Amino acid sequence: MCLGVPGRVVSIDGDIAIVDFWGVTKPIRLDVVDAPVEPGDYVLNHVGFAIRRIPAEEIGETLLLYEELIKRADRDDLMALDVRGELAAVEERK
Amino acid sequence: MRNPGFVDDKISIKYGAGGSAMRSLIEQIFATGFGQVAGGIGLSAMDDGAALPIGNDTWLVITTDSHVVSPLFFPGGDIGKLAVCGTVNDLAMMGATDPLALTCATIIEDGFARDDLERIWASIRAACTEAGTTIVTGDTKVMRHGELDQIVITTTGIGITRRIVPDNGLRPGDRIIVTGTMGDHGLAILATRGELALATALQSDVAPLNNLVRRALAVGESGIVAMKDPTRGGLSSALHEMADKSGVGVIIDERAVPVRDEVRAAGELLGIDPLLVANEGKAVLGVRPELADAVLDALRSHPLGRHAAIVGECITERPGSVIVETGFGRRLLGEAEGELLPRIC
Amino acid sequence: MNDLVQLKFRDPARATALRGALENHARRIGRTPVTVMHVCGSHEQAIAKFGLRAAFPSELDVIMGPGCPVCVTDVPEVDEAVALARQGVRIATYGDMLRVPGTSMSLADARTQGGKIDVVYGVAQAAELAKTLDEELVFFASGFETTAVATAAVVLAGPPQNFSVLSAHKYIPPVMEIVAEMPGSKIEGFLAAGHAATITGYGVFERFVERHRVPVVVAGFEPLDILAGLVRLVELIADGEARVENAFPRCVTRDGNLAAQERLWRVFEPQGGRWRGIAHVPNGNLRLRDEFSAWDARRRFDIDLAALWDHAPAALVQQCQCGDIMAGIASPHDCPLFGTQCTPDAPVGACMVSSEGTCKIWHQYGGHPDLRQIRRRA
Repeated sequence: MCLGVPGRVVSIDGDIAIVDFWGVTKPIRLDVVDAPVEPGDYVLNHVGFAIRRIPAEEIGETLLLYEELIKRADRDDLMALDVRGELAAVEERK
Repeated sequence: MRNPGFVDDKISIKYGAGGSAMRSLIEQIFATGFGQVAGGIGLSAMDDGAALPIGNDTWLVITTDSHVVSPLFFPGGDIGKLAVCGTVNDLAMMGATDPLALTCATIIEDGFARDDLERIWASIRAACTEAGTTIVTGDTKVMRHGELDQIVITTTGIGITRRIVPDNGLRPGDRIIVTGTMGDHGLAILATRGELALATALQSDVAPLNNLVRRALAVGESGIVAMKDPTRGGLSSALHEMADKSGVGVIIDERAVPVRDEVRAAGELLGIDPLLVANEGKAVLGVRPELADAVLDALRSHPLGRHAAIVGECITERPGSVIVETGFGRRLLGEAEGELLPRIC
Repeated sequence: MNDLVQLKFRDPARATALRGALENHARRIGRTPVTVMHVCGSHEQAIAKFGLRAAFPSELDVIMGPGCPVCVTDVPEVDEAVALARQGVRIATYGDMLRVPGTSMSLADARTQGGKIDVVYGVAQAAELAKTLDEELVFFASGFETTAVATAAVVLAGPPQNFSVLSAHKYIPPVMEIVAEMPGSKIEGFLAAGHAATITGYGVFERFVERHRVPVVVAGFEPLDILAGLVRLVELIADGEARVENAFPRCVTRDGNLAAQERLWRVFEPQGGRWRGIAHVPNGNLRLRDEFSAWDARRRFDIDLAALWDHAPAALVQQCQCGDIMAGIASPHDCPLFGTQCTPDAPVGACMVSSEGTCKIWHQYGGHPDLRQIRRRA
């Protein structure tokens, strides 16, 4: 089973969209997509059917989510360092 | 010998795929009693062709190929061009870059259109002109309708060389060079078969490589220690064979391997790795590190080598394996199993 | 503009930062190994393709569960397709199912013996093919819920009269329950499949998380998606939190794609059944509802399975450990057949056939090879 690849809608004819995947175009069926689709939209394709219209603003939100994850891990690591430092100090005092 | 386990009593499609099944078939049946050629290269070497010593440090190089590609006509070429280039390239891979002549045997299905035959023959003539060779003899058979699928063309080529380029001379530190973009032919054929409803500008890269290879050999000489054309099974098959026969590992940087955008896109959509897909106008070379840049420049000076690139090097670890740097991590390069793409050449 | 979508999720600098975050959380946990499971063949393919395991911290063990649809398609289901082929019926199938062994043979073997088998890339293509034929065409429908949606759409659109569906479709959430309940299970968290969740929504995992007290994170398939999903999962494990989280918000919502769900459940109903090697999975199989019996190959044809059993069933199948391997309890090296009598060219179990199968990937890549130590010269 292939990875679901996102592509950009070039044109629409009834229930079929012509979708561009980086220079390769393929007709994709719109029977089950979750929102009305227009040329210029991005869709997620699975075995020839669009299963999701990807809202452009979600891309930015996803990237923010990743930044958050990265920042939190850094803080946690500093905290972990603190804790380890304290434990080591306790050991030394024994 | 990998996979000695093939003992099926029926020859199924996977045995023609160019991979491990086919190699086992050759080892178990075809090479029995015919393995070695004294002072040369015979069937058991399973190289691109054979080399027979004829005295004076000279070898006669012979190769043969049957062509069953479907469809017969595809973007960038047809079965005729493939039949000539496949054989010219196999000779070139052994070091014979000036083919003496080709033979051409055809088996034609009853009812085959005369126009198509003339079109195929025009392609054969054009490819011979480009490669600087000629067809000197052949054979023609016609089989009844339904007994054969349209046409099968078999070509044999002969050439002379004073130096055989092996496919097993790699040492740790040697550089791996590809002469151009990977995956073009196989994905063009798949797209054309129309099963995928992919509209693309994908074109086969089928071309005769002997002139390109001659330039590389003039500069690299004995510093070119291994050479193969990555046809069935793609770059992966060629590298695995070279690595296995040489007893080295190979590590390549995926980002350095030239791949056309449309080929990459088609591959992602279909879940097929361009590195596992046939090429018909490319070569992969193993070159001593001190000569790599000079060989690269020589390749790039020729139109067919415009996109040549150094893609990796040989290492001592993991002999026989090919490791890929993905930019995110590393993986071992897989090999195509069985009929990834049937009737590709 | 296409770059925006894909390349931002393949940016190596962000990947490095996410890898660092993953290491930090794994170290916080302080134990080794920390075992998490993903249940999606496409996740395994992406991890393999981008070589991500070479980038995971050594404390983290990301194992693949029963998420390869080919691997879990049971022997009797393959036998049904093979039997039809041997009865002279033309079969359309995904390429991956071609070589999966049944009781006595695979579809590829049936083809060598004269069976008519077409490899297709999708169900819609199979329906189109049927239009060009004068004979019956049965589509052997394998795959999970995401793929079943496509089959449902084709059935609802009114396929040609000579077209029918042999459904081997499966539904993932029930098997996660089974795996979580297996004795000896060391799995501390699950990475859920982004495409399936695009359809079902992530809400379907809420009860699972309450019952089993392990976190579930839904992740996409780009390298950054997978890394970010794992970061969040390991962070939840480190914090001791059992929750469902969505790390694929551009495609997954809590409720999912309602239009797709409506079609899926209109055409299919869940049924208990066997998954290869995993015994009974309640509600794990998807079968065509009675209203669509006209398109159901099981009702259109009299499938003669007895003819297959004239061949002695392979004794090797008894020793096959695919089930335990898929459940994450055993690794391929624990199987007596792995690499010797079971190889990609002569597979005994489906895990060795499918490009997403654990055993196939291990055999191809030499286990989970540690490639971190390999040095380049210059």
